[in-house]
Order: sequence, then structure tokens, then C-alpha cells
Amino acid sequence: MNEVAIRLALTLSQIGVVMGLVLLTVAVLTLLERKVLSWMQDRMGPMEVGPYGILQPVADGLKLFFKEDIIPAGANKFMFCMAPVLVLVPALIGFAVIPFGPNWTVEVMGVQFKPFVISDINIGVLYILAFASIGAYGIILGGWSSNSKYSLLGGLRSAAQLISYELNVGLSIVGVLLLSGSLSLVHITESQVGGFWNWYAFAFPFPQFIAFVVFLISAVAETNRTPFDLPEAESELVAGFFTEYSGMRFAFFFLGEYANMILVSCMATVLFFGGWDAPLPFLQAPGDYAWITGIIWFAIKVYSFLFFFFWIRATLPRLRYDQLMRFGWKVLLPIALGNIVITSIMAYIFPG
Amino acid sequence: MSGYDLLLTYLDNYSPILLFIIIALAFGLVTLALSYLVQPKYPEFEKLSVYECGSEPFSDSRMPFPVRYYVIAMMFVIFDIEVIFLYPWAITFHDLGAIGLIEMLIFIGLFVVAYVYAWRKGALEWD
Repeated sequence: MNEVAIRLALTLSQIGVVMGLVLLTVAVLTLLERKVLSWMQDRMGPMEVGPYGILQPVADGLKLFFKEDIIPAGANKFMFCMAPVLVLVPALIGFAVIPFGPNWTVEVMGVQFKPFVISDINIGVLYILAFASIGAYGIILGGWSSNSKYSLLGGLRSAAQLISYELNVGLSIVGVLLLSGSLSLVHITESQVGGFWNWYAFAFPFPQFIAFVVFLISAVAETNRTPFDLPEAESELVAGFFTEYSGMRFAFFFLGEYANMILVSCMATVLFFGGWDAPLPFLQAPGDYAWITGIIWFAIKVYSFLFFFFWIRATLPRLRYDQLMRFGWKVLLPIALGNIVITSIMAYIFPG
Repeated sequence: MSGYDLLLTYLDNYSPILLFIIIALAFGLVTLALSYLVQPKYPEFEKLSVYECGSEPFSDSRMPFPVRYYVIAMMFVIFDIEVIFLYPWAITFHDLGAIGLIEMLIFIGLFVVAYVYAWRKGALEWD
């Protein structure tokens, strides 16, 4: 019984740390996005709240928390209330299988415990993809239950876009799975350790760089970011599926979107860029200290992807909807398929 | 490994995930409940009407929508199942040898045939 209690305490603290970090990163990102966009447009960005505006996320959060939550007349109340939760929860729980550091097992008071991953399940990739699909329900239910035309159209568009690009995400990952022979994200990371030439984006026998590009584009589309932010195209659909939302529920959609961004960045890092591995072996601290540099490298990679998200938002114009669907189905899908065929043939000729 | 051990391993792996789901759900619901307690509530007819660029909303919002969305959803289901079939193959690729490679190339060939059919039928057009 004692052992179970210790394990429970360890897991709970782990979940607490991971959720805290994710929510903190979301808060940092809301500020960082505005700052990065501002600097790219030669502006200052938020400057009023706190020094250099660093307390802006706190102010935003408090404002949304204390704001009146309007449920429009004619809305389907229960679904309207639950849709934001349905978007937020899948985005948060995806982090359960992401390894943030080396695959070590430490013994805490007689209990074997992996400190850097909440649960090393052998179907990690499938788990994330499955829950990413559930997020689509939240979006479409939120859009439909609002009883507003903008919301309905936004929700439909959003769902169509999400499922189209999810297909490409699924296909682009197959190459990595082929080379690593596992669906566990921990195992995939471990098989890339030892320098950037082992990372699947560059690794022999067939670099998955093309698959990575497909994955990244699809990930941007899946998280509804510019240039694929059609569902919330403010010039056409006001705010898309969350037009009618206000207060904390609006904040949840926002949180879900940013948590999803972090999640796909983590996935790109783990699948294609070696997770916590340093680009050159001597950049990793030796022995027992490797986890410190490991987590730092992981954070650097994830933040690079997040910066990339902001960068393309500042750079690229929005696509038209038919262009978006055509690009997903007619360009990315064949590329991802071709990548699988070539990777399998190369992996057969040069078995690892 | 006996069935009992397998069950224990399974529980060991998935109970943290169940715990995480419960905590994430609780975070969402508790935050909403707390926010509900502190927020002002002044419902008005105008405020509760749905947004339609400031004018009075007309006609029902649950309007019919283009069948294209339905077609895309169907194609997603079909192709996604094929992707799911690719996953176990990719995992066991090194054990399957030449037979596995050839069989999967035939499967991907069928995938491509279905894809070309959908393309030629115009299911991928959006206009």
C-alpha cells in the first residue's frame, strides 16, 4: 500500500510540473507572439503592464477570468459550455507521453520511477494522434452549438481543414516509425542519441527531411495558425468557431490552440530532431548531469519551432480556402506517400 | 509473462494517463466554476442575440451546408484507416523482410489507385 501511495505522489507531482510548465509556456507564448510580431513590424508591442510589458499575460488572464460569460440565446447550452473543455483537455494530456529528458529510471524510496516522462506507453504516437482528433469534436461542437452563422461556417471549415491535414501528419510520421521500429516516443528519442547525424531528419539510410517539412506544414495547418488560419479568418468569419464565446471559455479555446502548438513542436522535436539529444556529443554534459543539458536542448528546439510559428505568421499572407484544401490533398499527400515508399525501399536495402 | 503480469504492466503504464486526463478535466471544470462565481451577470436581450455584424439576426443559423465537407470527412475516414494499417507494418518492418515490403508496396499501390480515382472524380476539387 505504501508503495502505491509513493508512486501516486510521484506521478501527481510529475503531472503537476508538466501541466504547470505547459500553462506557463502558454502564458509566455501569448506575450512572446505579440512581442516577436511587433519587433518584426518595427513596433514595441505591449509595454504598459509591468517592465517591458512582461506582466501582460497575467493581466489578460485576470481580465478573462473576471469577464461575463455570455451564452447566446438559442445556443445549445450544454454543448456550448463543454466544447472549450473538449478542446483544452486533449491538447493538455498529449504531454503525458513526451519524454523531456533521458530515459532514466531512478529509485525513490524503493519505487522505480522515470522522472522525465509521465508514462512510457508503447503506442505514444497513436495516443497523441488519437487525442488530436478528439480536439476536432470540440471545435465543430463549439461552432454548431453557438447558433451563429459565422460559428457554424468556421467550425465546419476548421474541422475539414483539421482532418485533411491530420492525414498528412499521420503519413509523414510513418517514415520515422519505419526507421525506429517503435511507436513509443521514448524509444524513438533513444534511437537518435549521439549527435545530429543520428536524428531522423538527417539520418542514414534516407533522411526524413521531406517528411519533416510535410509534418511541419501540416502541423501549422492543424493548429489553425497563419497562413492556414482560415477558420478564424477575421476578415471573413469574424472569429470563426469561437465568435460567440467570451470570458473563460474563450480563454480555453486560446489555451487549447497554444497548447496544441507546443505539443506539435514537442512532437517535431522528438520525432525528427532527436528530442533532448545535443547536436554534437561534446555539448551534452557527461554522466549524471546529462539531464540538465538534455532539458535545455529540448527547450531550445521546442522554442525554435514556436519562433518559427510566429515568424511565418509575420511573413506569409493567408491562403484561400480552396488553395488550402488543394495543397493538403494534392501536394502534401503524394509527397508523404512517396516518402514512405522510398524510405521503405532504402531501409530494406540498408538495414540498420 | 502471465496474464496477470500483463494486466499489472498495463495498469502501471496507463494509470498515470488516466490520472492526467482526470486532472486536466478537473482543471477545466474548476476554472470555469470559479470564473462563474466571480463574474458579473447582466443578461440583456440585445447582448444575448448572436453576432451578425450588428444587424438583427435573420433566419435560422443551423443552415444547410455544402456536401463537400461530408465528402472530405468520408475520404478522411477511408484514408486514415489505410494510414492506421501502415503503422503496424512500419513497426515490424525489419522482421518482415522482402515479403512485407512487396505486400505493402501492393497495398500502397491500391491506396494510390483509390486516390487517383477520387482525384479524377473531382472529390478533391473545391470550388
